[in-house]
Amino acid sequence: MPDTAPAIECESLRVRRGKKLVLHGITVTVPCGQVVGLLGPSGGGKTTLMRSIVGVQRIASGSVQVLGLPSGDARLRRLVGYSTQAASIYDDLTVRQNLSYFRSVLGARAEDIDRVLQETALSDTAGQLVATLSGGQRSRVSLAVAMLSSPPLLVLDEPTVGLDPVLREDLWNLFHDLARGGSTLLVSSHVMDEATRCDRLLLMRDGDLVADLTPSELLARTGAATAEEAFLAIIRQHPKHRAGGS
Amino acid sequence: MNARRTFATAGRALQQIRHDPRTVGLLLVVPSLLIGLIAWLFVDTPVFEQIGPAMLALFPFTIMFLITSIATLRERRTGTLERLLTMPIRQLEFILGYAIAFSLLALLQAAVTVSFAVWVCGLTIEGSLWLLFAIAVVDAILGTTLGLLASAFARTEFQVVQFMPALIFPQILLGGIFLPRDQLPDFLHFISDWLPLSHAIDALNAVATGSHDAAWIGVELLIIAAFIVGFIVLGAITLRRRTP
Repeated sequence: MPDTAPAIECESLRVRRGKKLVLHGITVTVPCGQVVGLLGPSGGGKTTLMRSIVGVQRIASGSVQVLGLPSGDARLRRLVGYSTQAASIYDDLTVRQNLSYFRSVLGARAEDIDRVLQETALSDTAGQLVATLSGGQRSRVSLAVAMLSSPPLLVLDEPTVGLDPVLREDLWNLFHDLARGGSTLLVSSHVMDEATRCDRLLLMRDGDLVADLTPSELLARTGAATAEEAFLAIIRQHPKHRAGGS
Repeated sequence: MNARRTFATAGRALQQIRHDPRTVGLLLVVPSLLIGLIAWLFVDTPVFEQIGPAMLALFPFTIMFLITSIATLRERRTGTLERLLTMPIRQLEFILGYAIAFSLLALLQAAVTVSFAVWVCGLTIEGSLWLLFAIAVVDAILGTTLGLLASAFARTEFQVVQFMPALIFPQILLGGIFLPRDQLPDFLHFISDWLPLSHAIDALNAVATGSHDAAWIGVELLIIAAFIVGFIVLGAITLRRRTP
């Protein structure tokens, strides 16, 4: 029953890429209506976990349920908005041409284009070629595409990377607005100070989920002053990571 | 199958090309330049009359193959394909969209190239000019669909460029340009019967020399069309939503 199911439910999820096991059996439940941060250093498996959730990652074992359906189910293709780490948009099209193509693919309404342009503060650049935009503008176009179908779940891989502090602030406010409207957002970042912006945190390292808690629990449990220090303290406490591997 | 998503993809691919006028220019002009070069090279000899029709198959086929395979590889590399595969578009809709867009370009390219070969270089055509044009278009579409299929097996630009010597050169060598196909060693002749470019070259030669009737040429066109459909279907099957 999609209405009462959690947004994401992973059960002993293991993923192999090449010969390397990159996810070592992740079990986690993400409730609906929250902004959930997926944090940890690069190479820790954040992108692989996100790819598994949106259904483009071949998984070795375990299961992933999204909104009560198995990940990759055809019914999820309008219900999950996904933005990859590199802005996955067409450089040689204008912002509006990009949005209008993805709108046709999704079967979204024409009004949705102006709505997402407004929400990502891109209305003034709608006619510009993406190749001429700044890095921050490009990642907002990519985000706008993910928001086109007003999906109940948004999976955003490093959406705030390379943005100036003002824009980052605006985006986090937008994420919370969307969550208040009932959406769930899974947002990855390798910048630890973004932890305090999230309702809930998933900390990943070397293919393991090392913590699943709220930002205040993180600070309280470790007694650290900043999220960065707290993360380091959690790593040290984690039994599997004394020597940096499993 | 959903026509809206297929045509949206075709329209989008054409929009991208439109923002790149230099590519459009090269696409339309380069085959004619090469054919002009060959006509000049063999001026005052009968060679151009003999190999000219084959060149109408060769250059558009090769150029459309390269352009298409690089366009779809780019889609893979920038993450837009991964994003599309999380959306409601089907693999066949995506492949067909590209095939339609690049077929329209192939149509323009064939129109320019055939006109240049016949009216500027003076290539003698005994048969129907319309038939010659139709074969040239279908041949360029063949290059497009082979490019769509090939790019599914390429992870890098280096790989996709090497598919040209691997997939295109053998078809040129066995297609009857260097040695008439009926003079090939038996086994190579057998292989060349199964290569689509051979049929395109045979059909163009037949129209140019008026050696066969329209029914025979129609069968050749059907064979090429079967390859086109086969490449599109294989391209859609080999495009997986889940990747390692």
